[in-house]
Amino acid sequence: MAGQMQPPGVNPMIPQTYRVNKFIRETHDTFSLDVVPKGGTEPMVFQPGQFNMLYAFGVGEVPISISGPKPGTQGMIHTIRDVGVVTRALHHLKKGQTLGLRGPFGSSWPIEESKGQDVVIMAGGIGLAPLRPALYALLEQRDQYGEIVLLYGVRNPEDLLFTKEFETWRGKYGVQVKLTVDTADREWRGNVGVVNTLIQRVTFDPLNTVAMICGPEVMMRFAVSELKRYGVPEQQLYVTLERNLKCAVGFCGHCQFGPAFICKDGAVFRYDKVKPFFGIREI
Amino acid sequence: MKTLESILANHPFFANLKAEYLALVTGCASNVRFEAGQFIHRQDEEADSFYIIREGKVALEICPPGKKAITVQTVSDGEILGWAWLVPPYHWQFDAQAVELTRAIVLDGKCLRNKCGEDHTLGYELLSRLLPIIGQTMEATRLQLLDIYGVQR
Repeated sequence: MAGQMQPPGVNPMIPQTYRVNKFIRETHDTFSLDVVPKGGTEPMVFQPGQFNMLYAFGVGEVPISISGPKPGTQGMIHTIRDVGVVTRALHHLKKGQTLGLRGPFGSSWPIEESKGQDVVIMAGGIGLAPLRPALYALLEQRDQYGEIVLLYGVRNPEDLLFTKEFETWRGKYGVQVKLTVDTADREWRGNVGVVNTLIQRVTFDPLNTVAMICGPEVMMRFAVSELKRYGVPEQQLYVTLERNLKCAVGFCGHCQFGPAFICKDGAVFRYDKVKPFFGIREI
Repeated sequence: MKTLESILANHPFFANLKAEYLALVTGCASNVRFEAGQFIHRQDEEADSFYIIREGKVALEICPPGKKAITVQTVSDGEILGWAWLVPPYHWQFDAQAVELTRAIVLDGKCLRNKCGEDHTLGYELLSRLLPIIGQTMEATRLQLLDIYGVQR
């Protein structure tokens, strides 16, 4: 889906200053920053699936998916895993401190196009973060969609994100939520196994289903293959791709993926459009 | 009341199995029920059972010496538990523990092996259904080994 860029007249290379409104600890290595524009300018308009470039002043810039706002709130939420120098600097930000933000960039999940159909959301690890706004958008117009399914896999139970929301999604909106972990101890009463194995445990009409998949690329390959085996057409599968994003506007070419630039043509792609390049190790 | 044969006929593993084979398989079947926390089998015990899970959840565990048990896979409604009954030396490789109340049909492994030996078409039919599951399990194991959700450096 075509992405919405910054408003006309705004230089997409110049970060705007945002203030940390709330720091949310999600897991041992993952956190969310709820940020608002400094100086009270209008909140950002974005589409589910888009990302922002977050700039830790004096350290560097990283692309981070937008994972909220939650319904009824204003702050722009970014869920971040502390894995490098910049994300570590962002991890150390406290309420009231500032950061730079460019965006929103990139394409979005097919929310409108999925109306009247079942929707299967498959997430692996932190891949649930960019899918959460999609889920919020679907639930906002719940009656416009058929079955809504969330299949979510992580390494172990401690890595599950947004756990407090699962019951609301199940109970209030009738979402089929299935979780699995790669390994667990006996405290865990849920599923153990890879996320693909959850497909057989939910109900949806494959021919009339749109699937939105986000997670490690290897996981997505297997997820695509399994959904195809169940009969979901390739044109109804959407995946996200991750490469070395730098400028975020298609200038620098760092994120070239075959004929596409992930920053401006993705990160959400319809699977059949990228299929020829999906899984080629040189790309 | 549902008969064992009709329950087996409605289980995904036996979907569309010819009636004559279903009758043969049913001859080895009986109902079982496991309470949450109950062990179904232990590693290295003789594997003489093939469980067809009707409802519930079973954890396959491995227990490294001196450490807590690790669950490596769960199986639940509509799935099967175990193929060690088919492969010499017929010993379980993992502990299996019911995570919640689990109802299943247990097929006697020796009985099933004998019937497969007598009728190779039945044997082929069962293997054709087991092999994809074994393949999927192997694929899943490889993915788990890759630790794809770990930090990629």
